[in-house]
Amino acid sequence: MMLTIENLSNEIDGKAILKGLSLSIKAGEIHAIMGPNGAGKSTLAYTLGGRPGYEVTGGSATFEGADLFGMEPHERAAAGLFLGFQYPVEIPGVSNLQFLRESLNAQRRARGEKELNGGEFIKLAKEKAALLGLDMEMLKRPVNVGFSGGEKKRAEMVHMGILDPKLAILDETDSGLDIDALKIVGAGINAIMRQKPGGPDKAVLLITHYQRLLDYVRPDHVHVLAGGRIVKSGGPELALELEREGYAEVIAA
Amino acid sequence: MTLALPTRRQEEWRYSDLDALAAIWPVPAPTRIDVAAGDIAHHHLLQDAGEGAAAVHDYVIDIADGGRCDFHVLNIGGKFGRVTLTVTLGKGAHFELNGAIIGGGDQVLEIISSVTHAQPDATSGQTIRSILGGHATGSYLGSINVARDAQRTDAFQSVKAMLLDRTTTANAKPELEIYADDVKCAHGATVGELDKAALFYMASRGMDPATAKTLLLQAFVAGVFGAVPDEALRERFEGAALARLEALV
Ligand SMILES: Nc1ncnc2c1ncn2[C@@H]1O[C@H](COP(=O)(O)OP(=O)(O)O)[C@@H](O)[C@H]1O
Ligand SMILES: [Mg+2]
Repeated sequence: MMLTIENLSNEIDGKAILKGLSLSIKAGEIHAIMGPNGAGKSTLAYTLGGRPGYEVTGGSATFEGADLFGMEPHERAAAGLFLGFQYPVEIPGVSNLQFLRESLNAQRRARGEKELNGGEFIKLAKEKAALLGLDMEMLKRPVNVGFSGGEKKRAEMVHMGILDPKLAILDETDSGLDIDALKIVGAGINAIMRQKPGGPDKAVLLITHYQRLLDYVRPDHVHVLAGGRIVKSGGPELALELEREGYAEVIAA
Repeated sequence: MTLALPTRRQEEWRYSDLDALAAIWPVPAPTRIDVAAGDIAHHHLLQDAGEGAAAVHDYVIDIADGGRCDFHVLNIGGKFGRVTLTVTLGKGAHFELNGAIIGGGDQVLEIISSVTHAQPDATSGQTIRSILGGHATGSYLGSINVARDAQRTDAFQSVKAMLLDRTTTANAKPELEIYADDVKCAHGATVGELDKAALFYMASRGMDPATAKTLLLQAFVAGVFGAVPDEALRERFEGAALARLEALV
């Protein structure tokens, strides 16, 4: 197993959000989580990422054999976890290139790998920006500042391409994208995160409201999250059923 | 010149470390800078006194008609580091101060300016950025005095402090004394902390806390030394600021 979440409970400001959530993801798999607003989807992503204030009150998460909650957020990233944010954060005064180079090299230092020099890094950044159809000029600008919703999501996928994680948890990466951008981002996710024969282990957890992203990034498993736990799991057909009948109907069934 | 040690009752010494000051009192006479009519002058001070030391640097700057003086200060050294600038502007003259205070431990660092617009059409701009950690105190006291004849004066002060710990103290005191009526004086002061959402975003990409904080703080002071005309000097200031930051985070 790449990620095993067992009976996870958490609190934000003393309020229980996740209430005994279990989920396992094998290398090579793509999982989708769908669920109504306020179900706890973002909370799950942030809790796995280690966001301060998201207090784990029970259960466990094991990532590649290691206790995820025993690691600091930056250590989780260096171990191969990537979080795509529903609302990417703006950082005035820090360029995307500087941000990404510091991030990548911090991860490489933590893993005992050689840091990339300026030239090597720019080459990698150009390649990944081209993959996501993002102008290199955008990467010279401060992180997410003045980016449209769609540009932020593309930029996040450039982050993912450069950092090359093992497990990507993508929280509503499809929101704010027009149809063309959705296609490009979907193809980008496949190019970066699909496990290749003989390649390193990869897996994806997609959090989404809509079937449309799943047309491009076809999931192996679909889960419904409601009231802080997984209430239903199935194959790709479950997403279609949800789209057709709505959460309330499917959860009740 | 008075030789009596100042007291905290004197406004311009209100936040100073008078114990540290006593060790070097009386301080030498101020450095005089005279900028001739129409001249452009660049001056700078890197106050990086050794640990525990006290340092006071006083400047008296006269800028004649149409002259301009650009002053860059980085105030980072010693137990007590004080920089004062007493500036008088002639007709159409310009004074520009860009300063950074970066302190930790129990350092007391201050920049005190008094800018007098004595004649019409003079302009002044002051940009101060402070980063404080530990129990440090950083102060900016800036008075602007506009004489009765000094119509069309245009002056601004932009003061921002970033506090790394709750145990620091940042003081920003503007003081305006205006006797002319056609005057623009703008003042902005903010005190903030590092953006937690940004820090988590950076951590989620793999940056350790020290790297992330350093990057945010560098962005915060970027620009203070951007206009230093000599590249080697600019790099020296930026390098000294970065080294001080790295020691704080
Ligand atoms: N910072 C917070 N403080 C308090 N409650 C929060 C906070 N963030 C989220 N919540 C609550 O947690 C619940 C789950 O939110 P979230 O995980 O964002 O849902 P989803 O992503 O599924 O729409 C909601 O009831 C929301 O109001
Ligand atoms: Mg959400």
